[in-house]
Amino acid sequence: MAVYECLSEISNKIIANKDFLTELDREIGDSDHGINLSRGFTAVLEKVSKDEQDMGVSLKKAGMTLLSTVGGASGPLYGTAFMEAAKVLTGKTELNAQDFLAALDAAIAGIQKRGKAVKGEKTMLDAIIPARDAYAEKINAGADLIAGLEAAVKAANDGVEYTKTIIATKGRASYLGERSIGHQDPGATSSTLTLEAILDYLKNK
Amino acid sequence: MTGIVIVSHSWKIAEGVRDLALEMAAGYDDKIIAAGGLDDENKTIGTDAMKIMQAIIKANQAADNGGVVILADIGSGIMSAQTAIELLSESDDDNEKNINVKLADAPIVEGAVCAAVEAVGGGDLEAVLNAAESARGESKL
Ligand SMILES: Nc1ncnc2c1ncn2[C@@H]1O[C@H](COP(=O)(O)OP(=O)(O)OP(=O)(O)O)[C@@H](O)[C@H]1O
Ligand SMILES: [Mg+2]
Repeated sequence: MAVYECLSEISNKIIANKDFLTELDREIGDSDHGINLSRGFTAVLEKVSKDEQDMGVSLKKAGMTLLSTVGGASGPLYGTAFMEAAKVLTGKTELNAQDFLAALDAAIAGIQKRGKAVKGEKTMLDAIIPARDAYAEKINAGADLIAGLEAAVKAANDGVEYTKTIIATKGRASYLGERSIGHQDPGATSSTLTLEAILDYLKNK
Repeated sequence: MTGIVIVSHSWKIAEGVRDLALEMAAGYDDKIIAAGGLDDENKTIGTDAMKIMQAIIKANQAADNGGVVILADIGSGIMSAQTAIELLSESDDDNEKNINVKLADAPIVEGAVCAAVEAVGGGDLEAVLNAAESARGESKL
């Protein structure tokens, strides 16, 4: 599978939502999340080979590129997530439902290693962890990759809504304390967009 | 000898902290390295784990492999520095893998000055790290 095409779908979605993500970060951060990620994914498409079929190779390249081009916390966080997922998918050229779960687990472990956050701190984890759990439940009940991802995207969107109700205790938004309530987390939003883009890519493949 | 790397979101802060530290560390120009901002022409605000990794390698070389202490600012400054340390530890190149590098739990300006004074006085990695971290408890008033 040419991961390039999937990364391109993610990049398009992030760039289409650049202003929206930056606006969310203006409310509770430093107004750069959309700019950061757009810069990062633009660079990713310049670095990743269009024809590479080994998913691990492409994801590793993407992760390394994000580490050095995003600039904000989402750089080392998404970068580490992609690089940890790459380790699980190295040598594989087709994506199946179980491997995607293993990749999601590795990505989450990477984000937690890097950022030391847990669920409920108003970060990207509040979208990704529920998405992972919904996905696992679906595929363990026999659903395929796409049905699993549909459940994941729904749970991630619910997670974004949930971030509006809680106080940030990690990242820049934590400086705002109580004033962070009422705003949705930019990173939870971008990670939900990322999952949506992966789903769109797989559906249209 | 011990090298020092200064990490900030801002290119100007990293360069400025380095200038300040060098005032008390004559001859350490090549051993105190700034890794601020992104690696583009605009010196965009942000942190870059790869740029930090290269700075660690250079500072360690200049310090005759004596190791490197990192001073970093907030948020992704810390995360990118930790990422750089991890990339080195996983490197295929034995020279890179064996670099002794520590991230100081210290305020960047005061920590860098204390670290530089200790380094130029001949302090090893542990001593420079302790000097940087001693800045954390210093009361200013
Ligand atoms: N420790 C963490 N663990 C998990 N996610 C985090 C953590 N810190 C920040 N985030 C996520 O990163 C998003 C912000 O990303 P962005 O690229 O704007 O970084 P930033 O906060 O501007 O970075 P910096 O630390 O460089 O100022 C947040 O909305 C949050 O979801
Ligand atoms: Mg930000």
